[in-house]
Amino acid sequence: MATPREIAIAAERRDIRNRWLLSSPALLIIALAAVGPLFVMLLYSFMLKGDYGDVKPWQFSGDGWFGVFLQRDIFDDTLTVADAHITIFWRSVKLSLMTTLATLFLGFPTAYFIATRPPQRRDIWLFLVTIPFWTNILIRTFAMQEVIRNEGIVNSVMVWLGLISAPVQIMYTDWAILFGMAYVYLPLMVLPLYASMEKIDFRLVEAGYDLYATRLQVLRRIIIPLVKPGIIAGSILVFIPSLGAYVTPRVLGGGKNMMLGNLIELQFGQGRNWPLGAALSITLMIIVTLALLVYVRNASKTGGGHG
Amino acid sequence: MKWKLTAVLAGAALFAAAGAAHAEGELNIYNWGNYTSPEMIKKFEEAYKVKVTITDYDSNDTALAKVRAGGHGFDIVVPSANYVPIWVKEGLLLESRPDQMENFKNVDDRWVNVDWDPGRHYSVPWQWGLTGSTVDTSVYKGDINTSAIWLDPPPELVGKINVAPEMNDVMFATIRYMGGQWCTDDKELLKKVRDKLLEAKPKWIAMDYGTIEKFASRDYAAAYYWNGAAMRSREQNPDVRFGYPKEGFPFFMDSAAILKDAKNPDNAKLFLNFVMDPENAAMLSNFAKYANGIKGSDAFMDPAMKDAPELNVPAEFQAAGEFLQSCAPEVTDIYTRIWTELLK
Repeated sequence: MATPREIAIAAERRDIRNRWLLSSPALLIIALAAVGPLFVMLLYSFMLKGDYGDVKPWQFSGDGWFGVFLQRDIFDDTLTVADAHITIFWRSVKLSLMTTLATLFLGFPTAYFIATRPPQRRDIWLFLVTIPFWTNILIRTFAMQEVIRNEGIVNSVMVWLGLISAPVQIMYTDWAILFGMAYVYLPLMVLPLYASMEKIDFRLVEAGYDLYATRLQVLRRIIIPLVKPGIIAGSILVFIPSLGAYVTPRVLGGGKNMMLGNLIELQFGQGRNWPLGAALSITLMIIVTLALLVYVRNASKTGGGHG
Repeated sequence: MKWKLTAVLAGAALFAAAGAAHAEGELNIYNWGNYTSPEMIKKFEEAYKVKVTITDYDSNDTALAKVRAGGHGFDIVVPSANYVPIWVKEGLLLESRPDQMENFKNVDDRWVNVDWDPGRHYSVPWQWGLTGSTVDTSVYKGDINTSAIWLDPPPELVGKINVAPEMNDVMFATIRYMGGQWCTDDKELLKKVRDKLLEAKPKWIAMDYGTIEKFASRDYAAAYYWNGAAMRSREQNPDVRFGYPKEGFPFFMDSAAILKDAKNPDNAKLFLNFVMDPENAAMLSNFAKYANGIKGSDAFMDPAMKDAPELNVPAEFQAAGEFLQSCAPEVTDIYTRIWTELLK
């Protein structure tokens, strides 16, 4: 005879098994579509490179990973740090951080403005923010080129106003890449910021003023803590695609200075070094994961629980 | 709203089905972007009742990687000369024997016994040209038949130079400029090549594609770029001239070939034969502004192209041109690392 306890345990086991069975299609898709390709990439990064691209299957070698950080000098065979790769990594991280800051700086007032409109009009403003998403990123980047090039809109207007005597060279500099990425990724910052601001109880702001807080104090002690989850979400959404950006550096940067995306593309294209390309891609993923971890830990430590 | 979406989708499906039903045959061409004359394709479609689909690629390596991965559905591909042997070696091309086709008699003798496809067993000439110095002569009036235009630029051109982001073309011209030969692994020389490139790069404004409109707007005053683009730049900015670097410049020729796993090999063969007809080859040239390898096509070419200084290599510079071979993997490796260092 089964005791009621045993019956309960059996029921629970059945329940767990059913749950696994029911979620198996989803798990299968995740395994095939997400983990599968990553595994292939990991495998490729440890193989010997093929003579004309691709890899030599099942011939393993650490050359790909070796090449990410170290290099044998082309000319005297000494082992040195791969400073070309480090420079490119650093440029990518630096430009992505700057892009994140720029979009935060522009996006915060924008989101605040929208959140403080009457509810029936907010939808229109939000709609306007999403309009650029209707256009392909490549076309938006070329439009940006029209704005900042030497004979473009910004320079022509400034010359016409007499602010500058000759066009300023913006195109083909790191500034151009920064402008382009900030423009392209701005909506990704505004939307999560808006989502957290919308939930703010503005009576708290009034209470702050009643207690003689200055405007700056209200912003620092009340609004920013309340929208922190939005700031974190927006920063992640902007930082990650910036790090892997390919089109913007290529079009606006003039292709003279690579970012990570371009370096990886080179390895799969003219460089014919797929293992190095795979190893670089995984390194990029590790950087992204580390950045995410830092964000998440910070978020949970200083309590982002208001959202 | 949902019924509307359904109606649109159903309409689209019907349209697609009708489109497929009308064609008696199909041909899928995989070619460089902006390189296939739509006029010539239309003529082919009408002559043979075949529906042609064109897909673009932007580099030889992209095309190679995609086709090698399989499942691409293409019939025709148009690789560059130094890549044809790789395609053959990797077993990707059909030995379609264009040399036994009816129109093969039109192929210029110069392009029959080529290194990359001796006797033309696999491929037919599509377009050929070269990379050289394009200069806006209102800015710089000196000698333009030299790679010094972009490797040791005169002060007038500094900060106004674009260099095509093509590893092989840039490496070739620089190696020759420093006195070496293509595919060299001479470390001393390659060190000089690297130093020269690193020294010249700050004097360039960009390494980019798409020069024609930038010469028109005078954003660029010089470029290391292809001759056909130089001709199109001159049409928009009459001061633009094309120079043949006397130290050495790379020729290119792209050749059309049939893929081994083509679904429509018969239509593809018809197409290769069609391309070797002088009138059709001229259509290609009139569109892309490069020379073709077909005798008698001059008669059908735009008059402006026939005598264009960009398309007719002067006899004195002929010997400085070279078709790039595929270098050994370890040599390519060194070149890639110099290139990465240049672009860091």
